[in-house]
Amino acid sequence: MLLKEGQVRIPSGCAIAGILNQQGEGFDGGKIISCIANMHQRSNGLGGGFAAYGIYPEFKEHYALHIYFDCKETRANCESYLNKNFNIRLQEPVPVRKHERIKDAPIIWRYFAQPKEEKLAYEQLEESEFTARAVMHINAVIPGAFVASSGHNMGAFKGVGYPEDMGEFFRLEEYKAYLWTAHGRFPTNTPGWWGGAHPFTLLDWSLVHNGEISSYDTNLRFLQMYGYRCTLQTDTEVIAYSFDLLMRKRGLSLDETIHVIAAPFWRDINEEKVKRLRRVYASLLLNGPFSIIVATGNGLVAVNDRIKLRPLVAARKNEFLYVASEEAAIRVVESNPDEVWSPGGGEPVIGLLNGREKLLDIPQCNGPAARTA
Amino acid sequence: MARSIMTPAFKIERDEDRCIQCGVCVRQCANDVHHQDEDGWMWVDDEKCVACQRCAVLCPTRALSIKEYPIDFRSNQHWTSPTIREIYAQAESGGVLLTGMGNPRSYKNFFDHLLLNASQVTNPSIDPLREPMELTTYLGNKSQNGSEGEKPQLELDIPIMFSAMSFGSVSINVQKSLAAAARELGTFWNTGEGGLHSDLLGYGKGAIVQIASGRFGVHPDYLENSAAIEIKIGQGAKPGIGGHLPGEKVSQEVSRARMIPAWSDAISPAPHHDIYSIEDLAQLIETLKVATRYRKPIAVKVAAVHNISAIASGVVRAGADILVIDGFRGGTGAAPMRIRDNVGIPIEMALAQVDSRLRDEGIRSQASLVVTGGIRNSADVLKSIALGADAVYIATAALLALGCHMCQMCFTGKCNWGIATTRADLTKRLNPIIGSRHAINLLTAWSHEIKEMMGGMGINAVESLRGNRLMLRGIGLTREELDLLGVKPAGE
Amino acid sequence: MKVVALPEYCLGCGLCEIYCAAQHDGWNGNVLKAFKKGKPVNRSQLMGSSQWCWLNTCMHCTDAPCVNGCISGAMQRDPDGTVYVDTERCVGCFTCVMLCPYGHVRPWQEKHQVIKCDLCRDQKGIPACVANCPNGALQLLVEEVDAG
Repeated sequence: MLLKEGQVRIPSGCAIAGILNQQGEGFDGGKIISCIANMHQRSNGLGGGFAAYGIYPEFKEHYALHIYFDCKETRANCESYLNKNFNIRLQEPVPVRKHERIKDAPIIWRYFAQPKEEKLAYEQLEESEFTARAVMHINAVIPGAFVASSGHNMGAFKGVGYPEDMGEFFRLEEYKAYLWTAHGRFPTNTPGWWGGAHPFTLLDWSLVHNGEISSYDTNLRFLQMYGYRCTLQTDTEVIAYSFDLLMRKRGLSLDETIHVIAAPFWRDINEEKVKRLRRVYASLLLNGPFSIIVATGNGLVAVNDRIKLRPLVAARKNEFLYVASEEAAIRVVESNPDEVWSPGGGEPVIGLLNGREKLLDIPQCNGPAARTA
Repeated sequence: MARSIMTPAFKIERDEDRCIQCGVCVRQCANDVHHQDEDGWMWVDDEKCVACQRCAVLCPTRALSIKEYPIDFRSNQHWTSPTIREIYAQAESGGVLLTGMGNPRSYKNFFDHLLLNASQVTNPSIDPLREPMELTTYLGNKSQNGSEGEKPQLELDIPIMFSAMSFGSVSINVQKSLAAAARELGTFWNTGEGGLHSDLLGYGKGAIVQIASGRFGVHPDYLENSAAIEIKIGQGAKPGIGGHLPGEKVSQEVSRARMIPAWSDAISPAPHHDIYSIEDLAQLIETLKVATRYRKPIAVKVAAVHNISAIASGVVRAGADILVIDGFRGGTGAAPMRIRDNVGIPIEMALAQVDSRLRDEGIRSQASLVVTGGIRNSADVLKSIALGADAVYIATAALLALGCHMCQMCFTGKCNWGIATTRADLTKRLNPIIGSRHAINLLTAWSHEIKEMMGGMGINAVESLRGNRLMLRGIGLTREELDLLGVKPAGE
Repeated sequence: MKVVALPEYCLGCGLCEIYCAAQHDGWNGNVLKAFKKGKPVNRSQLMGSSQWCWLNTCMHCTDAPCVNGCISGAMQRDPDGTVYVDTERCVGCFTCVMLCPYGHVRPWQEKHQVIKCDLCRDQKGIPACVANCPNGALQLLVEEVDAG
């Protein structure tokens, strides 16, 4: 019997793309769909998805939880957990359209929620940490339920299928976001369920990724020490949690974080501080081929592994920043960019909304994490 | 004295058609096996032969060969030939059976049941001839968050160090060879519990200096003139017992380095008599840190015994920056045979369990993990790292590179290869220039092999292999063994 | 060029003498044949005991007393600086034996000639004693030395 994602590790090849309007003006999903559709051959119909930022302005103080359920009972089960821990302002099915190539879709709902004050006090946790643990709890403990996204004013739309079909299924032309990322997947096995598709998200983070991390188990076992549960057995999950640990929990800057995950070679490091980071976080060096786009509400960063074993191209046109696996995918939506370049290994492309200085606004740190979600 | 009831263990065969009566064998055997009479005839005394092969290697006409003595006992699976011989030896001597080097018995060798991974299609392998391949390793406490200050670290260019072998148990030329090799290779050597010989003062900064239960040779300059300090609690070859350097090996030079009277037995007690529990260890660690003003990492070496994960956790919580675990195949200059052959557990199991335990407790970053005891080649090194080690120590392999022929008679002090001896005429048989070159060659070869294997896995920094057990698969192991090692079976 | 003996690493095993003997007089380095068929003679000699020993070999002095004192022109220096005996010319007067400041040149009574190290000049490669020393106690040095 084939095992589904989470029970087995499935390496994938992929297409990735991202578009940011630095002025924060929303644009619909048509552009990113064209972009990713142009790289159709880089995926094989076994996974596609999008992350969109700025789509729920009326609920921007709430955690927007996109949750997949395998059946009604699971939904009831999960909702009772949510109701115990969160005040929910609105819950509704995520609108979809009938699509001939989309099959076996789960029940997909969204919840706009805030952690209950008394729960935070009882657990002595800051609200983002509380919510992160709730997400991991649902994914690990409630069978058949999967949180596809959990950030503010953002959402992930993903499933088993080609990304352009997924975009039509989720009616993305009806959403306006200032930042879109997309992913088309070429797994080497059948992931079997929708939770395994990308983008991978946690709180405001979303991540699309192309590659196979050879250091997977090293990274995973380090993260496990700090309470992360990696239920999907994917590289993407490990990369996302690495960012979360380094930036949200440890308070490292984006620059420092990139120096950890795509550390320069020892011979090329001059600064003692960078050496120290590499020594302390040796186990979070992502070794092996990857190109990733990490996004938050503030912007995106795209980066390659340190010897650039996967493609990544970036371009600018006025207030738009484009990143994609292939230049053609950018040219199809912006035929005349001001600038096109191919970043070197470990050299990040950073795009932030005007006026934002950091990729993540770090809430007050709550000390080292306890061990269970 | 009656004639011995034992037959010799070895038989020396001299091919008379080849022997030219040159007498090299006579001059080279410290065990007086060979002699030449006034008529030029060559004679051998098989009883004294230990099969060190010195004569056979130096014989210019290859006239000599050494075999196990051909007349064996009647076949018996329970009362095997070595078992019977050991009884004869004890019947004649009334003593504890002594031996040297590591456990030679046929216990399951888990390294030989682990297979390494390689990349195919889904990610590229990396060619170490074309791309940088990093083996640099840092040992020490790395529990800070990276932006604060940092605890002292040892920088290794290769994740392999030379393990503790004291001057006294080995010759000064062994230490000279390894100290020079360590400097050239960008790694460290270990003084063992024997102090630092004055000839080696210049190599102190490349040395991990050991403090063991006898406290031999420990003084402020010894601690200061070092890269790190290692507290030796136990040794894989003889967990639970101390050491005994017989008086005849305590030459004037040994006496000066150890700061003990010449020609007196140097006895290291079984426990440290100031460490009867874990809190005492914590005090000693803190004392050493204060004495060296927090500038040096403190290592603690323990033998792999049944309860190793709990012990390891305690040692790390007691403040050790480096935890060294010595498996039951670890070597020794002298140990009671029954202890060497029957006490302790395999390093592979101990390593896997300790690494997992320290991670489960969230304290793996507080100490680096160094394993030793029977590391034979670069694949063993790589498998150790994948199981969770930061680095390994080698000793037996290093001695083999220096010429050791594994006769296991180190405790006699009559090592024909100039290794396990303090006799001047034997010591000089090991030229440290040749010795260090061989040690450098060995580890250079291993690092080429490690780079090839890492490149095959698509990994270009050794830290990305550390604890990366997905790069391992077990073959011929039971489900329980696989679970204990934390690896999947081949095929899964 | 000369062979330098390092007493601190000399084992006194005697392999240098054996290979020296087998390298000369047409034995061509075949130790077994040399010793089984004949009585090969070594040029350089092992001195001392196992505690303190060294190979007594020729210094190939630049201004060599043996060459200067030879009455028949048998003792010669080749263009490489190697001092050797031309056995065709040696008359066995032993003047060189008495002149050698290192006690290296010695009589070869059977042939009534003298015998000394020639750095295996008839062979290719490094001298046999250096090649076969198991402990690096013999080193080939290229610098020249003065007698005395």
